[in-house]
Amino acid sequence: MLARVARRTQDDPLAPVTLVVGPEELLVDRAIGEVVRAVRAQDPDADVRDLAPGALQAGMLSELASPSLFGERKVIVIRSAQDLGADLAGEVKKLIADPADEIVLVLAHLGGPKGKNLLDAVRKVGVREVTCPKVTKVGDRVAFARSEFRVAGRSLTEDACRALVEAIGNDLRELASACSQLMADTDGVVDEEVVARYYSGVAEASSFTVADKTVEGRTAEALEQLRWALSVGVAPVMVTSALAQSVRQIARVGAASRNARPNDLARDLGMPPWKVDRVRQQLRGWTPDGIVRALCAVADADAAVKGGGTDPAYALEKAVVTVSTVRNI
Amino acid sequence: MTVWDDLVGQDRVAEQLRTAAGAARAVLAGEGVGGMTHAWLFTGPPGVGTATAARAFAAALQCVSPDLALGAEPGCGHCDGCHTALTGTHADVDVVATELLSIGVKETRDLVRRAAMTPAGGRWQVIVLEDAGRLTEGAGNVLLKAIEEPADRTVWLLCAPSLEDALPTIRSRCRNVALRTPPAGAVADLLMRRDGIDPAMAAFAASASGGDIKSARRLALDEQARGRRADVLRIPMVVGDIGLAMAAAQRLVDAAAEDAKQVAADLDGRETEELRAALGAVGAGRMPSGTAGVMKELENKQKKRATRTQRDCLDRALVDLTAFYRDVLALQLRAAVPLANDVLRADLDTIARTSTPEATLRRIEAILACRRAIDANVAPLLAVEAMVLTLRTG
Repeated sequence: MLARVARRTQDDPLAPVTLVVGPEELLVDRAIGEVVRAVRAQDPDADVRDLAPGALQAGMLSELASPSLFGERKVIVIRSAQDLGADLAGEVKKLIADPADEIVLVLAHLGGPKGKNLLDAVRKVGVREVTCPKVTKVGDRVAFARSEFRVAGRSLTEDACRALVEAIGNDLRELASACSQLMADTDGVVDEEVVARYYSGVAEASSFTVADKTVEGRTAEALEQLRWALSVGVAPVMVTSALAQSVRQIARVGAASRNARPNDLARDLGMPPWKVDRVRQQLRGWTPDGIVRALCAVADADAAVKGGGTDPAYALEKAVVTVSTVRNI
Repeated sequence: MTVWDDLVGQDRVAEQLRTAAGAARAVLAGEGVGGMTHAWLFTGPPGVGTATAARAFAAALQCVSPDLALGAEPGCGHCDGCHTALTGTHADVDVVATELLSIGVKETRDLVRRAAMTPAGGRWQVIVLEDAGRLTEGAGNVLLKAIEEPADRTVWLLCAPSLEDALPTIRSRCRNVALRTPPAGAVADLLMRRDGIDPAMAAFAASASGGDIKSARRLALDEQARGRRADVLRIPMVVGDIGLAMAAAQRLVDAAAEDAKQVAADLDGRETEELRAALGAVGAGRMPSGTAGVMKELENKQKKRATRTQRDCLDRALVDLTAFYRDVLALQLRAAVPLANDVLRADLDTIARTSTPEATLRRIEAILACRRAIDANVAPLLAVEAMVLTLRTG
């Protein structure tokens, strides 16, 4: 599955030039590390120059690329190539057009519009390219965790994988280190129970999850999510505004005709069609009086978290309990 | 013409101020008669003319009419002193008003400094604080000493919607001048006389705005304001349907945001350009170093002004709505008072018939709660939605 996140065009890490394109830092580091390891495997004395962004000065590159006295191999890593000035970019282009024998050059580029000129020039020469796109979807992160285990010859269950991703959150680097930690600490197949022993909780509870669970009437879950959200630093006003948004959508979709097509309704109410479908599912159990009381409760909570009350957490909990229980009134 | 002309339906207040201005003249002449004091608090509902009264009084204090020697009352309205004081260019009259949400400690300290100065014209140093209700608590405390024992010839004129809007400590240091809500007839007269508005429109605007002269004038002159008002007053008829009610709330808040955007479009760009030029920026280039703070300050001020504009606009709508339910209540209780929204008699009758006075009172309470909520920074849309939904059941 790693192939999905890091596609290789030409798979020889010893190619004279490797272009690493993309914003996902962990994958960039791995691509660079792969080249360095491959070179070291051939020549343990290889000289590796990993240049931090901004460390490269004019004229330095030709000095680095000049043949050394003992003829050992040399790896030059240039990070943040998109930030190179015109002069330095020119030097890089010259080096690529005329590579020296014992030099392996790794060029890491963010891939955005900045420094596109250099990127295009290097691509034109036809170098080995590794892409490292940002991993944004939960599904991709799950796939990533699974591939981490597979590469190490271990396995984990589907549930365990999901639980792990949920507990770690967005940062791929943390996910990778969590995977290796788990593999080091345990034997055999890693299942949900094992994951729960080491990692529990939810790293990224958002105000929207709280709101969704609340209007669906799942009081306990909503309260749990609320605690998580507050403990990971979601601002109380974000929770009230998400709650308000959810109740508002319930009210507006609920008031519209049941026969209206989602697309028409979406246009009229200014929300995406999938959202209309979702809200229609949440509608069950809501009555006009319930909506009135829910919205008033949210308005009270909003005033309380904005300085009208002493304890925002209490105000939010009260609102969540009220909103999730006034259905069916 | 005298300075008291624009004081509509406030005969008692005008009389009181006239006496005080006479007494002030006597003080200048070295005779210690009563009737004049150094701090005044003008109170009255929005738009009835607290600021107008304060300015008129300031003008009367600065009046230098030659007729005074012949025994005329101060406040002629056309001498140098009166004229410059009324137009806000008199050297010894400081008019302080804010476009923002509140007046802070920093601005107030400056005011205290100015209050200690000797009047350049040798008469009175007058400070008119039009938005005394917007003083923060800290700012109010800064003023205490200056108001209690000002320099010899300094007079403070504070304006606030009600006594409760001023700190108790400020209140107790001022003489209160309470303005009443002027009768609709008097407001209509003023509109016809001063703005040349035709009688039918003047009568409609005067009764619709319930004594608020400023909003009556806007209603009479501004087609869009009338449209907005009509839109707001349709809300009571649609609150039964949650979808329509929510849509109406959305429209109300959108209209307010639109107003704020309009004001921003008129002023913000120009202000920013002027400040950039004053700070020495050339074209669209970089700003000179050390100017970022000042630019940021302006940006903050503009943001606060946008919030204030939006709130004022919502507030007008809520006041109109309150007036509507007040009419409903009058009908339900068979009170013999003129209705503010006589043109909507059919709607008023329907709602009066189908609900109880108790429900009407609860509805009015919901509107007031919404105003308080908006004041407490609740998201405007949320506050207005909660209100329209509460109006549904009453």
